[in-house]
Amino acid sequence: MRITHHPILGTMEPKQELSIFVNGIKVNTYSGETIAAAMHASGIRITGTHPKHRKGIFCGIGQCTDCAMVVNDIPNVRVCVTNVEEGMIVESQHFLQKDLHQHDS
Amino acid sequence: MIHKSYDCLVVGAGPAGLNAAIEVAKYGGSVLVVDENDQAGGQLYKQIHKFFGSKEHYAGTRGFRIAQILLEEAKQYGVCIQLDTLCWGIDKNKKVALKHNHKTTFIEAKTIVIATGASEKSISFDGCNIPGVITAGAAQTMVNIHRVKPGTRALIVGSGNVGLIVGYQLMQAGIKVVGLVEVQEKITGYDVHKNKLLRAGVPIYLEHTVIKAIGETVEGAVLQDINQLLPPFRIDADMICLAVGLKPRIDLLEVLNVPLKQEHLFGGAVPIHSFEMEVTNGIFVAGDASGVEEASTALEEGRLAGFGVVSYLNLSENTYKAKQESIKRLDSIRSGTYEVRKIAKQNQINQTVRM
Repeated sequence: MRITHHPILGTMEPKQELSIFVNGIKVNTYSGETIAAAMHASGIRITGTHPKHRKGIFCGIGQCTDCAMVVNDIPNVRVCVTNVEEGMIVESQHFLQKDLHQHDS
Repeated sequence: MIHKSYDCLVVGAGPAGLNAAIEVAKYGGSVLVVDENDQAGGQLYKQIHKFFGSKEHYAGTRGFRIAQILLEEAKQYGVCIQLDTLCWGIDKNKKVALKHNHKTTFIEAKTIVIATGASEKSISFDGCNIPGVITAGAAQTMVNIHRVKPGTRALIVGSGNVGLIVGYQLMQAGIKVVGLVEVQEKITGYDVHKNKLLRAGVPIYLEHTVIKAIGETVEGAVLQDINQLLPPFRIDADMICLAVGLKPRIDLLEVLNVPLKQEHLFGGAVPIHSFEMEVTNGIFVAGDASGVEEASTALEEGRLAGFGVVSYLNLSENTYKAKQESIKRLDSIRSGTYEVRKIAKQNQINQTVRM
């Protein structure tokens, strides 16, 4: 899901590779990119759950907080504006803890 | 490093903020520009298409290049730009709260320019909050900045310039645009952008709206014509991109309790300001925050606010001619089809704001 060749922006320059863990799954990523971009590049679109639905990226610029996740044990981190770091542990955030077992699959 | 006081603090490093900063610094004022993002340039930074209009507004230049030109010019005049810094409070004495790295510092400024831009509007429908429903700005950030596809088949909602431009940029990124939905009876954006989508054969659904997003994450959308003459139908898409308008970001102005006015042409509540973009004693507004328009108006309003600051601080008495030229250029942007904007702007201007 990466855009390696672009008619206007050209070919992507090589960057340092890093890996992070999203809900236990290893995700390969590049330094300088956001957690949200790394997730989307690997096809992961769900950031958390709400009692009635799943949540994902909405505004992409840190305004709406829909993308809040638990990053290295810190809750409410907006993954669309937070850059990746080597070995980062990213976990879905659940609106109500009691829903955790119902929605977490 | 941030000092304790400045002649001018500019909130927002987009076209309006940077242009205001450049003018003030040109006349010798000390300027600090803060922006909550880690990249300066505002929305220009995401625009990969060539702008049009006049020479003064960088016609023929791609958006991100305009941002680079403004930044270079700002640095040349000694403007200090502090990124990753959120301005969360100001008062009428021009004391300012700035947050950087979870830590707040307070500074004082003799003048403030609010150039906070706009935020995206949204519409409500069944499933509008599931993953895959994203704003046009988010889609644009994903493909042009992060170079990641947020989906493979996109449905665009809204046919203003944002919807049309983002639709085309998604295609450039290799995403199939499966349709463009517009609730009105015609496409509302410029023909030059519209034609790019029409030439590519994107289906246009006029007088239609989205009534449902299907799936746990978006797998499809249900559309219906607004007169409800035909049954609703489904379109397969894995992203629904909302380009349904923008509203001025006036949070900081609301804190100051300055008079506001509802103006639907400019996206909602807009502040009353003088010709020099002053909203109250020494506090100015510029760009989309004063009413959502375009990058060209933002550039010009920024310049005008800059002249306003220069006069307020008595840095120079020779800005009169430049100011008049600036006002003339704004009038020429708001002419022809956009004459209504000129009238709306006249109703928003009040020279007695300083009292």
